[in-house]
Amino acid sequence: MFKILRDLLRYNIEFTIGFVLTLAIFLFALAHFWAPLPAEAIYLLPPDMPPSAQYWLGTTSRGQDVLWQMSAAIWNTMLFGLTVTILSRLLAVAVGMLSGYLGGKWDQILMTINDTMIALPNIPILLLVYFVMRDSMSWPVLAATAALLGWNYDARLIRSVTLSLRNREFTRHAVFAGMSVPQILMRQHLPYVMPVIFFTAMNNLIWAIGLEVTLSVLGFSDINRPTIGGMIYWANQHQAIIAGIWWWIAFPIIAIVLLFLGLFLLAISVNEYIDPRSRLSRMGA
Amino acid sequence: MDGFPKYLLRRLLQFFLVIFLGVSGTFFITKLSPVDPVEQSLSLMTNFGATDPRAVELMRQALAELYGLQGSIFEQYLAFWGRVLRGDFGPSLSSFPTPVMSLIMSALPWTVGLLTLALIITWTLGNLLGALAGYYRTNTLLKLSGAVVMALHPVPAYIVGLVLLLVFGFIFPVLPISGGAQMNLQPGLSLDYIRSLIQHGTLPALTLVLVGIGSWFISMRSLVSNIVTDDHVVYAELGGVSSGKIFSQYVARNALLPQLTGLALSLGSVFGGAVITEFLYNYPGVGRLLIQGIYRGDYSLVLGVTTMSIVAVAVAVFIIDLIYPLIDPRVRLG
Repeated sequence: MFKILRDLLRYNIEFTIGFVLTLAIFLFALAHFWAPLPAEAIYLLPPDMPPSAQYWLGTTSRGQDVLWQMSAAIWNTMLFGLTVTILSRLLAVAVGMLSGYLGGKWDQILMTINDTMIALPNIPILLLVYFVMRDSMSWPVLAATAALLGWNYDARLIRSVTLSLRNREFTRHAVFAGMSVPQILMRQHLPYVMPVIFFTAMNNLIWAIGLEVTLSVLGFSDINRPTIGGMIYWANQHQAIIAGIWWWIAFPIIAIVLLFLGLFLLAISVNEYIDPRSRLSRMGA
Repeated sequence: MDGFPKYLLRRLLQFFLVIFLGVSGTFFITKLSPVDPVEQSLSLMTNFGATDPRAVELMRQALAELYGLQGSIFEQYLAFWGRVLRGDFGPSLSSFPTPVMSLIMSALPWTVGLLTLALIITWTLGNLLGALAGYYRTNTLLKLSGAVVMALHPVPAYIVGLVLLLVFGFIFPVLPISGGAQMNLQPGLSLDYIRSLIQHGTLPALTLVLVGIGSWFISMRSLVSNIVTDDHVVYAELGGVSSGKIFSQYVARNALLPQLTGLALSLGSVFGGAVITEFLYNYPGVGRLLIQGIYRGDYSLVLGVTTMSIVAVAVAVFIIDLIYPLIDPRVRLG
């Protein structure tokens, strides 16, 4: 594991940039545990202060320090993203592996449901869920809803991997040795599926963070919990652009773009590592 | 039965299944609600002052009827299907007494127009760039443009749109940032009106293109770079077929098939991006209608837009499925 990491850092420039960016943002987000003021508190500082030596990134119209707000916001946003990713991976792996291994009728049923869910527009459904839940909408509920909508592409991918393992020699050996279906899937097939799970997890994380930003920018989540989208939501509510409080809106945008860039570079370089064909073509073979 | 009729039947089944599950799902989501939509609307309406309790009781009954919330769950479910099939979601509360359906119908052309245009540009440009980048692997210009579109692709539509809005609306105010067309112009086929339409549509469309183009680029590039090593391409190269012909007839055409399937699969998420973009630019489409409906607590409007967008996306997917056999002779001939 550490050897892979070392090699990737040494030979893959995209991985190095992505790794450094993501790590830096993660450490910055971690710092919010040592913040001088609670992140939810408002009007404790003079509002609308431009960036200065005292307030590095300025303060908001709600009397909050932009720097510490962002630190807590990135933490919450990442936490949301990871929760969605883990939940939706469980679904994708279960459906994908069962569908691929069982085949036949089960495969048809599961994949028909899968394809149907892909064709449904996510955002209107999420908005409807928010609309009916209203004030009882907390971030774990939102994460669970997002996870229910975000597994289907990857289930198809995992299914195709399992499908190719199904007729391999070692699977038959396992069947003759009397292993049960869950045992075969967990012990024999999961190691082969792992790289795909890992790669789709990165993409899913990026998708989930984007979803969180989108929903909270519109105010469709717990608006008192600091998130990156929530900061932009409050900045819009106070008309920060027109009032010239540019630091309130510019720094969150920069932070989220850097985070996306870091995660995306990690995702493509990990994908390249997993798929040796693209590594070969990179070397010019 | 095989070939085209079988293909058509399967697609048709899938189409009905999407609508059935989507509409049923929508119905059951509304049943999750911890708050009664009738009470919610009532509290919105009685906020303005004391109302006669008898009038409130009458209103409560009227709203329950309006929302189709009378009888058992099963009766409500059947009634909901009746509404969907008749296309009648009752009047909108926030712009009473206009029916929800006519609000949707007047917003739909804007969304369809914006989305179709943006999708055609995104798909064509993304695939063209991706195919070229996969075929001419050493070209620096293609590598550079690839890096730009790939970096933009994970960023949410709202952020890309907001940055464009700040740049072209505030820092260099060159394009209008709100609405679908200039207010004081008479809608029609006049030159001024069309120009205004294009100006207002540019930034929303650009947002959707910038967000969408990366994924087509990535998948097309990897498809093409796999096909390039296929036997039939190598054979054509050895046979002296010109590289332009190999690119368009041997490589790109084969790679386009999965991309067309991908187009059908991506419509749902593209629609989501359009919802956000429309709201950001105050574009008079279905997405803005939906978000405004949520802000105003308009139950019938939100339910109507959600249901209709599921149906609309399903129809669009089905249309793409019908186009597919024209490009893939294997489906057409069986």
